[in-house]
Amino acid sequence: APRRVLDDDMLEQLEELLISSDMGVDTAVRITANLAEGRFGRKLSTAEIKSALAEEIARVMEPVARPLPIYNKKPQVILVVGVNGSGKTTTIGKLASQFKKAGKSVVIAAGDTFRAAAVGQLQVWGERAGVPVMTAAEGSDPASLAFDAMTQAEKDGADLLMIDTAGRLQNRADLMEELSKIIRVIRKKDPDAPHNTVLVLDATTGQNAVNQVEVFRKMADVTGLVMTKLDGTAKGGVLVSLADKFALPIHAIGVGEQIDDLDAFDPQEFAAALTGVSA
Amino acid sequence: MFENLSERLGGVFDRLTKQGALSEEDVKTALREVRVALLEADVSLPVAREFIKKVQSKATGSAVTKSITPGQQVVKIVHDALIDTLRGEGEPGDLKIDNPPAAILMVGLQGSGKTTTTGKLAKRLAGREGKKVLMASLDIYRPAAMEQLAILGAQVGVDTLPIVAGETAVQIAKRAKQQATLGGYDVYMLDTAGRLQIDETLMQEVEDVRDAVEPRETLLVVDGLTGQVAVEVAEEFDGKIGISGVVLTRMDGDGRGGAALSMRAVTGKPIKFVGSGEKMDALETFEPERIAGRILGM
Ligand SMILES: Nc1nc2c(ncn2[C@@H]2O[C@H](COP(=O)(O)OP(=O)(O)OP(=O)(O)O)[C@@H](O)[C@H]2O)c(=O)[nH]1
Ligand SMILES: Nc1nc2c(ncn2[C@@H]2O[C@H](COP(=O)(O)OP(=O)(O)OP(=O)(O)O)[C@@H](O)[C@H]2O)c(=O)[nH]1
Ligand SMILES: [K+]
Ligand SMILES: [Mg+2]
Ligand SMILES: [Mg+2]
Repeated sequence: APRRVLDDDMLEQLEELLISSDMGVDTAVRITANLAEGRFGRKLSTAEIKSALAEEIARVMEPVARPLPIYNKKPQVILVVGVNGSGKTTTIGKLASQFKKAGKSVVIAAGDTFRAAAVGQLQVWGERAGVPVMTAAEGSDPASLAFDAMTQAEKDGADLLMIDTAGRLQNRADLMEELSKIIRVIRKKDPDAPHNTVLVLDATTGQNAVNQVEVFRKMADVTGLVMTKLDGTAKGGVLVSLADKFALPIHAIGVGEQIDDLDAFDPQEFAAALTGVSA
Repeated sequence: MFENLSERLGGVFDRLTKQGALSEEDVKTALREVRVALLEADVSLPVAREFIKKVQSKATGSAVTKSITPGQQVVKIVHDALIDTLRGEGEPGDLKIDNPPAAILMVGLQGSGKTTTTGKLAKRLAGREGKKVLMASLDIYRPAAMEQLAILGAQVGVDTLPIVAGETAVQIAKRAKQQATLGGYDVYMLDTAGRLQIDETLMQEVEDVRDAVEPRETLLVVDGLTGQVAVEVAEEFDGKIGISGVVLTRMDGDGRGGAALSMRAVTGKPIKFVGSGEKMDALETFEPERIAGRILGM
């Protein structure tokens, strides 16, 4: 293959490739600078450069690639949060199905009591996954549903309780407070709960994902991330800056609208897709 | 007004020539920072690149007057150029809905806000403009999608097409057209399922719907928080379906809204409305000045 010198021009091109993945300028500059170390001025083929770049990214992502941990707790409470339309409800359906298949008993609570037909949507997912869905009236207090769901899941001896929440933008202080309240109420039943608070991010989102993580983490003690819609052409490069800044585990990725379209986060594959290297 | 961006560019601007005309070097230096600002605001890279080129030639050689620093001068030129690019022809809120019944087709990626925006627009047309509006959900895939639109219809007092199980999207669209004609509706709005621009089957489906109803407006509903993929989404939806305008949702968030520039630059189609919340009245007409300021972080 033709080789060319790794020079400033080349580095700028690589930087732009990373920026196009939504990595953000700062992180893109840093990643390419790391790449250049020990390689600047050397003659390399495009394939060599790209695979080195992919390696660099995979290295950053390796520590955060961690499946949702299962604890010896009954019920283990998983609270699912995020901005509007990111894929929370769908991801709950997919996760419930996976856990069910793994032999766990799962209960879902339809904590989005706000959006039109949010409950109906989750009920369909519950049926698909073969998992019961606890609901409350539209407009009712999601915190009290969460409390009731805790009581019920304890009584039923369920392994997992997954709580869906309404979408909320992180700059809405009132809605973020509502989330804090849900958590406070859950903790009345179990001071260690929720054992996981999963923030669902949409891969088509750009740099605002950084604010999302920052605020949701502060207000809701986020313990891990899921990124959806990676079956599209968005590369989710912002995950690299997130890994760098927050080091939160990435539990899974959404790759479609069907029940099985939830994969483990694979740093190698992610890096390959991001840089355009064939894996 | 330009303080924030000027601040972030502060160091750079201090180095610019203090008087006379902006030199090519001055402008280049300043625009490097502007480029970063645009990218951080999620303007798609090719759009940012084009935009910078345009501004570069506009700014170079422009006179620096006494009342304004060279930095402010550059930012003003950038700001004006942004507004210029963002502003579409005609009044932002106008829709072509003469010739009843006029079809409005709503399209976009999954979760962008199509169904919600359909409800909001229907409310606006029915209330403010006194139109008789019918809404129909063509989303046969997403769980409870049709129920969602029906609930919104009841909330805003707008009719929805009765749900019939087992129909295709095109069949529903045709039924909506027929009902709109027979029922004396001014407008019928077709909410579609979310789809990826690379999903050939689903893109074909919406092309078939378009051919069946010949919509007067086809609105691409885009999340205002969208990142670099905005350009590709705009190109593909416009290329395959032909859009007449854009609605940017979730502008009540703290996103910088660079997708607005990408959408406009790529399609040349006007941004008609901005979604500013989840409630049915949270729809505003697009104001280029406001978005321009936001993109620049001002
Ligand atoms: N292509 C694709 N679509 C997805 C994925 N995950 C979710 N979606 C779609 O995205 C849309 C929104 O998903 P929801 O699960 O309703 O999102 P949500 O976060 O619960 O939305 P709200 O409750 O309204 O805030 C739906 O059309 C889903 O089918 C994914 O991984 N890939
Ligand atoms: N904050 C805010 N939320 C919005 C806005 N527009 C829509 N939403 C929310 O975004 C989420 C998704 O909206 P939908 O209207 O269901 O989106 P959609 O494009 O129809 O989704 P699919 O049919 O699954 O593709 C819901 O939670 C809406 O309430 C907006 O302007 N601001
Ligand atoms: K992304
Ligand atoms: Mg939901
Ligand atoms: Mg919809």
